[in-house]
Amino acid sequence: MPKKIVYKHLLATRWMHWINFPVLAIMIWSGLLIYWANDVYQVKIFGVTLVRFFPEWFYKLTHIPYRLSEGMAFHFAFMWLFFVNGLLYVLYTAISGEWRYLLPKKGTLRESWQVLLHDLGIRKTAPPQSKYNAAQRLAYTSIIIMGFGSIITGLAIYKPVQFQWMTTLCGGYGPARAEHFILTVGYVLFFLVHVFQVIRTGWNNFRAMIAGFEIIDQPAKEDTHP
Amino acid sequence: MKEFIVDDKTGKKYSRRSFVSFGVFFLAGGAAYAGWKWLVHQPLDGGIRGGIQQPLRDVLTEDEKIFSGVFDPNKLVKEYPRSEALRQVRVNGSEGLDESLFDAAAWQMDVVRTNGQHLSIGLDEIKQLPKTEIVFNFKCIEGWSQVTWWGGVRFADFAKHYGLTPETRSKYVGLVTPDEEYYVGVDMPSMMHPQTLLCYEVNGKPLPMNQGYPLRLIIPVKYGVKHLKRIGTMSFADEKPADYWAERGYDYYTGH
Repeated sequence: MPKKIVYKHLLATRWMHWINFPVLAIMIWSGLLIYWANDVYQVKIFGVTLVRFFPEWFYKLTHIPYRLSEGMAFHFAFMWLFFVNGLLYVLYTAISGEWRYLLPKKGTLRESWQVLLHDLGIRKTAPPQSKYNAAQRLAYTSIIIMGFGSIITGLAIYKPVQFQWMTTLCGGYGPARAEHFILTVGYVLFFLVHVFQVIRTGWNNFRAMIAGFEIIDQPAKEDTHP
Repeated sequence: MKEFIVDDKTGKKYSRRSFVSFGVFFLAGGAAYAGWKWLVHQPLDGGIRGGIQQPLRDVLTEDEKIFSGVFDPNKLVKEYPRSEALRQVRVNGSEGLDESLFDAAAWQMDVVRTNGQHLSIGLDEIKQLPKTEIVFNFKCIEGWSQVTWWGGVRFADFAKHYGLTPETRSKYVGLVTPDEEYYVGVDMPSMMHPQTLLCYEVNGKPLPMNQGYPLRLIIPVKYGVKHLKRIGTMSFADEKPADYWAERGYDYYTGH
């Protein structure tokens, strides 16, 4: 049977994507080791605590407590990999022209809504798309902006005197720490949706992130004659 | 997006290429996992005290070179009005503050000069020097911070008054509590920073015992771990002086 070969992801993009995965995981884990030492954040509505970051059982399960120094050491070592890999990705995406598929364009917001309704099974048809659909454009652009956010809020708490303008930009030292934390919660939520969507979309799409291309069965053409 | 139709035979070629890519993927993944295992099993740098894996310590030392390189002594820590200072200042850590072993009346700071001579300086003498006060956001390595009000003499003023100019050409200052239980090393540029105080007052009153009576370090360009309470001995060196928390796996520089 003839096959259709669809090239999706460039080699460098794939490498940077897969390098980012363990590096970000290590940053989140070491961040938790640091956060534990002053774990004050919670979501409260009308004085009732909805979510506590984090409950005791979570710390126990993940072996988080009393590892602040270790957390800081890993965090301030792997931050370089996270930063350099992210920077290379942004530069490469800009230079290679891949940004054309990634950045939101006119109508992206409206189409994202349609994609969401379609993915939730409420709408029958999805809007036409090229490499990424509108919701993906929004998500993948947001995650890069969040990466910038993590670097700025991170530097704002890491060197609040030398990079005082960043601390001021974040609204102060305390707010910068909270923002750094919220961004991390954002990564975790992104990850959950991302993995769910990848599983839902299926094998060929996943293969493209490793091999670069999809191989699609092409049924024999019977009605190609005019 | 490049796409094209191929016949069955060429299609198989692409399948094989895809297979090879997955091979590389799992090899790289395995190598990364092995690298991680290697890293976490490296010997810790603190001996019996624990510490952190030596390669991580090496990175922290490189971080220190980078960030002490960009350290600008003219950049000041943000100051607040006194009305914003907390009344109840948090007490965090009691290492080096055993009161049963401490004779407050006999306290004098022992300053070891680089020529080996010693200066013994009492609290009254230090209080004669020009007083500097600061209200700033005191930041703990644990992640909390509080706006607090401190008073004392600038280290730079102190050094000038006692003719310690040759000493300030050393790379580091070492401070030790009288009982030698707690000790820190601080790089000279941070020590000479205009907001670094040999501090004897909090909220306008003499330091309480648990805040390091009679004299402590307040060094706003560092985390709280460097703000040693109750200075017993001050010395100068070009090699990093011993540092209590650095021996326990923390960054030595901990500078802002």
